Amino acid sequence: MFFTSLLNALPGAIAQGAIWGIMAIGVYLTFRVLNVSDLTVDGSLATGGAVCVMLIRGGLSPWLALLCAFIAGMVAGLVTGLLHTRCGIPAILSGILTQLALYSVNLRIMQSKANQALSVDRYPLLISMRYVRSAENNPFPLIIIFVLVIIGLLYWFFGTELGCSMRATGTNQNMARAQGINTNRNIVFGLMLANGLVALSGALLSQFQGSADVNMGRGAIVIGLAAVIIGEVLFEKVFVNFALKMLAVIIGAILYYIVLQIVLQLGLNTNDLKLMTALIVAVFLAIPYWKSKVMARRTGKEAEQDA
Amino acid sequence: MLKLRSISKTFNPGTVNANLALDRLSLELAEGDFVTVIGGNGAGKSTMLNAIAGTFMVDSGSILLDGKDITRLPEYKRAEHLGRVFQDPMMGTAPTMQIDENLALAARRGQHRGLKWGISKAEREEYHKLLKDLGLGLEDRMSAKVGLLSGGQRQALTLLMATLKKPKLLLLDEHTAALDPKTAAKVLEISQKVVEKNGLTTMMITHNMRDAIAFGNRLIMMDEGHIVLDISGEEKKNLTVADLLARFSKASGREETDDKLLLS
Ligand SMILES: Nc1ncnc2c1ncn2[C@@H]1O[C@H](COP(=O)(O)OP(=O)(O)OP(=O)(O)O)[C@@H](O)[C@H]1O
Ligand SMILES: [Mg+2]
Repeated sequence: MFFTSLLNALPGAIAQGAIWGIMAIGVYLTFRVLNVSDLTVDGSLATGGAVCVMLIRGGLSPWLALLCAFIAGMVAGLVTGLLHTRCGIPAILSGILTQLALYSVNLRIMQSKANQALSVDRYPLLISMRYVRSAENNPFPLIIIFVLVIIGLLYWFFGTELGCSMRATGTNQNMARAQGINTNRNIVFGLMLANGLVALSGALLSQFQGSADVNMGRGAIVIGLAAVIIGEVLFEKVFVNFALKMLAVIIGAILYYIVLQIVLQLGLNTNDLKLMTALIVAVFLAIPYWKSKVMARRTGKEAEQDA
Repeated sequence: MLKLRSISKTFNPGTVNANLALDRLSLELAEGDFVTVIGGNGAGKSTMLNAIAGTFMVDSGSILLDGKDITRLPEYKRAEHLGRVFQDPMMGTAPTMQIDENLALAARRGQHRGLKWGISKAEREEYHKLLKDLGLGLEDRMSAKVGLLSGGQRQALTLLMATLKKPKLLLLDEHTAALDPKTAAKVLEISQKVVEKNGLTTMMITHNMRDAIAFGNRLIMMDEGHIVLDISGEEKKNLTVADLLARFSKASGREETDDKLLLS
């Protein structure tokens, strides 16, 4: 009974995980590549969904709606980037400000409704949850193509001169500037790229589930971090190549949703999900710190013994 | 070729921590000058180099490089003309990137960075040769992450990066201070070679008086944000550490020569 229902739920969880994985790649770009803690994400994910749903409802093709969502996300990233680099506001706070502002903006986009539906019966949506287990209109091929194309493009981009300069910006700003790299511009551009991806993920999600909700991005940043961390913990040793690292993030997001599904099937209250996610992410973020403390104590003791 | 015209810099102005680190400092370098810079802790040596590099903007005065006023130019734009090696070996390289990638970044200093591939095959071969010349065995580890290198290896690499694209001015800020004596000597030797080979105009801060006398054609000493001594040519060649200490106490107007301060 448990297993059959889990099995039934699995394809949906995997598809959702892969779509959220695109968002998690955006989080990976800011947190790991650029070394900036960007909290715009919770807002820009919903922006992507809102823009996509409203445009499709207005008669635009779903493809163009995705493109517009991507651009809208880039604008959100631009705002955060300018608040940070031009106004000297710490990155975290800049992201929080944009995120807060986006809540109002998203409601405006959705014509003051917290939720806007997008029925697959009325609009030619690219992917839909409804067909996740049927052979016809199955969303998986397109989702997989999206994931692979995005990973491929990013892999190419971060190998170019511009991409290398962005990696240098993330790893050592002093060095980057000494080598003539405009670090502020790169940070802004990186935030735009990351939030563009996040919004694209939100747009795909809104088509997949047939609606956009002003709260759909709540906690997205934590889910993104969870995916990044799960991917790193599991594949750190094997996936050294940058493309594979991004794939690990996607797999991390998928695993997150599978675990979520299992927990749900076990009868856990859905209201407690965010609490659990936050706990898990907190523990994984703390592990490296604890490890280093234990190491320091050990070497300290050894030194004492030597003396 | 470099002109500092009465530059001043106060850190934390208007607070109890206000600190006049550069006090109407003027200096002129000629093409090909190799200047060693000495002075006690807090004399303003690093601040002077950072002012030239544009790490911060000076409060007053102007900075001219090859006749061009760069006083208000942001750091990354000045970098086109400057090569820099820092005291902290962590500061000059990108630790999560490979050795060859770091060099490729440096090779594009001052150039537009677009969507061309970040490093070419021909470049790799060139880097292999240059690394081999360093004599540290780095040429066989070109795809290793720079974070894995020792401090001395990093400083040598940073030096190579600073001069890969010939700078108008090379700024060395105690770049051997964090290294053990043997490695420091090796990195100094490499520095000397690179400077000579390319005829680079160079400023080198050091706390080692002997090095300050042995290297370069000109020596300046700083104290409290000014230049208190400026020795060049024959006079510098004949200089001894004792001379230097005596002249410092005279120039700075202090009764007692605080050798510890100078030599620390
Ligand atoms: N970023 C900064 N903020 C505040 N004060 C600073 C800063 N950088 C330098 N100072 C102060 O300016 C003065 C000059 O410092 P500077 O680093 O130039 O000295 P230095 O001659 O390089 O000394 P050292 O030999 O110890 O490196 C010092 O009093 C220092 O505390
Ligand atoms: Mg200094």
